[in-house]
Amino acid sequence: MRVETWRSWLDERLGTEAIREFLRRKEVPIHRHTIWYYFGGMTLFLFVVQVVTGALLLLYYRPSAEAAFESVQFIMTEVEFGWLIRSIHSWSANLMIATLFIHMFSAYFMKAYRPPRELTWVSGTLLLVLALAFGFSGYLLPWNKLAFFATKVGTDIAGDVPLIGPFLLRFLRGGEEVTGATLTRFFGFHVAILPGVTTIVLTLHLILVQKHGMSIPPSLEGARVRTMKFFPNFLLRDLIGWVLAIGALAALAAPFPWGLGEKADPFAPAPAGIKPEWYFLFLFQTLRLLPARVGIFEGEVVGVTLFLLGALFWMLVPFLDQPASRGWRSRFFTGLGVFIVLYIAVMTIWGYLA
Amino acid sequence: MRRERRKRRRIPRSRLWGGFALVSLVLGGLGATVARAQQKKDSCLECHAALEGPLADPVTLMKEDIHRARGFSCADCHGGDPTSDDPLAAMDPRKGFVARPPHRAIPALCGRCHSDAEFMKRYHPALRVDQEREYFTSVHGKRLRAGDTRVATCTSCHGAHGIRSVQHPLSPVYPLNVAETCARCHADAEYMAAYRLPHDQYNRYRRSAHARALYDRQDLSAPTCNDCHGNHGAVPPGIASVAHVCGQCHVRQSALFRASPHKAAFDAMQLAECVYCHGNHDVLPPTDEMIGTGEKSVCVSCHPPGDAGYQAAERMRALIDDLSRELERAQAILDRAERAGMEVSRAKFELSEARDALTHARVLIHAFSVKEVENVIRPGLEVARRGYQAGERALAELNYRRKGLAVSLLFLLFLAALLYLKLREIEGPK
Repeated sequence: MRVETWRSWLDERLGTEAIREFLRRKEVPIHRHTIWYYFGGMTLFLFVVQVVTGALLLLYYRPSAEAAFESVQFIMTEVEFGWLIRSIHSWSANLMIATLFIHMFSAYFMKAYRPPRELTWVSGTLLLVLALAFGFSGYLLPWNKLAFFATKVGTDIAGDVPLIGPFLLRFLRGGEEVTGATLTRFFGFHVAILPGVTTIVLTLHLILVQKHGMSIPPSLEGARVRTMKFFPNFLLRDLIGWVLAIGALAALAAPFPWGLGEKADPFAPAPAGIKPEWYFLFLFQTLRLLPARVGIFEGEVVGVTLFLLGALFWMLVPFLDQPASRGWRSRFFTGLGVFIVLYIAVMTIWGYLA
Repeated sequence: MRRERRKRRRIPRSRLWGGFALVSLVLGGLGATVARAQQKKDSCLECHAALEGPLADPVTLMKEDIHRARGFSCADCHGGDPTSDDPLAAMDPRKGFVARPPHRAIPALCGRCHSDAEFMKRYHPALRVDQEREYFTSVHGKRLRAGDTRVATCTSCHGAHGIRSVQHPLSPVYPLNVAETCARCHADAEYMAAYRLPHDQYNRYRRSAHARALYDRQDLSAPTCNDCHGNHGAVPPGIASVAHVCGQCHVRQSALFRASPHKAAFDAMQLAECVYCHGNHDVLPPTDEMIGTGEKSVCVSCHPPGDAGYQAAERMRALIDDLSRELERAQAILDRAERAGMEVSRAKFELSEARDALTHARVLIHAFSVKEVENVIRPGLEVARRGYQAGERALAELNYRRKGLAVSLLFLLFLAALLYLKLREIEGPK
């Protein structure tokens, strides 16, 4: 009786009954590709892990060139379970990018971007860009040698963006060089600007997913597809995945705590064989393979321009893949997807081994 | 109206260009004439360049010569008249021509300019002007004065034609080339036999810690022959001055030795201070084995078993070994913890304090005071032990983490199993 009173009190004010009704009616299709539906929820779960562990790290982290390294060292050695929180934050960031890529490519190959889900796809690609920006800005925060030089190389590449490159480079670095000003700036991006923008885009993405429901692959369109209740059947499966994800994070963080390296020294020579994080490796390797000049243009400028155009193309796929939008097979876009996956895999492995 | 008047006054553009070309031609012609007049005639170069073999060599070598670059000509050293095209007039002894200045006259010939402060100021104000005077304080200079013309003079080391600045890497007196330049005579057994001098110094030097620093690490501040023997005033440092020579760089060790009881003892026995234990040309990197009472100890050559010095050497060695061992132990355990993924960089950094103490103690050996060595070793041992404990704590923490991980994974698997059972319950047959 007491619970019922609370429920009706809340329903009167928040309209919870409508949400309950929505959840009761929400269904998830069951077919041989259902497994891919779990990667969106897994990415969201890992993002929540990032928010929680990031907030805990903020209690001790100090964003300045003088204190950043020492504060992370303090977290790793003196703070109770600080090593675990930081290691989980770092491992979870990498797993999140991995599940995000899987989620994106599964949506791509299942043509989930077909009308009316074009904006779900666009918001998803924006979330990928935001996740990469999170990774890039967070990498510098420990202010160690590797992070310092990786940021130097990364911001140099940003400086090659046509027209706005020099401005972008100064904007990112807070000056001509990577200094304490860059660290403070990246900290601001990482804990204020990117979370703010991500919250908006993520909310839009989730609303759109709820509005349009799960997409089924074109090959199953028209066929009788079994379904399961989202609540509790699908959610319970999600929960099992999340519990196992926590286990995987613990199994990575405990025996392989995230290293700290040496404190950044702007006057020291760059360490040999410096490489970015794995998710930027295919971009880096491509730029490395380009000749110094392509025609009258600098090789890196050509590379960066092609990647930017590629990203724009990728974002606009729902509007370009007309056969899929009409319910036909679109072999070109499927082939293109396979080529991109292979390209990323080959370039990443090559970059890693080089 | 006014505009029209201005228009009439204006000179046509074609005429302006013509005037400019004329003025340029006149000025250009004048400039060329002046330049030709300023270029001095040098018949020495003109003729010798046309010759072959050794007579043409000076012309080739002079292209790289620092004097030539400053505007000096052959006649400034050899005399004669370089303005004359007639070889007899150009090389007329009455005009001061000397084909080959005699060996014994070389220092004075170079000194004509290099000992003249007023003159040198115009070309190289920072260069010393006492090289000639200093040269005659050297063994080379003294023997030359006594009539020995086989000894080195200025040109023996610097070259005659093609003299380069000391800072030039190809100069025979550039730090990396000095030992080879000296070795040209001093490593020549036959040449040295006449002076009853050894000829193995160069080979011994090449094995030394100094040579390793100079050649392997390219550390130009590392000593070569002239840093200990002097260059223009080259002499073998005597027993009394050898400590001062080493003390130029090894300041602390030298000061400690001079204040130690060994100083008086070495003086009384007429032993060359540093050299007696460390050697001279083949100074090897010192090892801890040099102190103490072992086979390679230098102490036992004077101190017999049982005497106070013997006991002090034994004790100092024991102290140094203690700290070395503790340091090694701490470093090993911290490395192990680091390899296992533990964050021990602070502990490793703090260990550098113990490493400093060990280096300090090794220097303090030169005071030959057990107490002083002990005062430095004790805090070092304390730091090393703290480092070892930090390593132990890190490994214990690692163990705790592994156990914690196992318990957490079991709990998580149990939770996942419960969720799975709940799912089966929901989806099972009603």
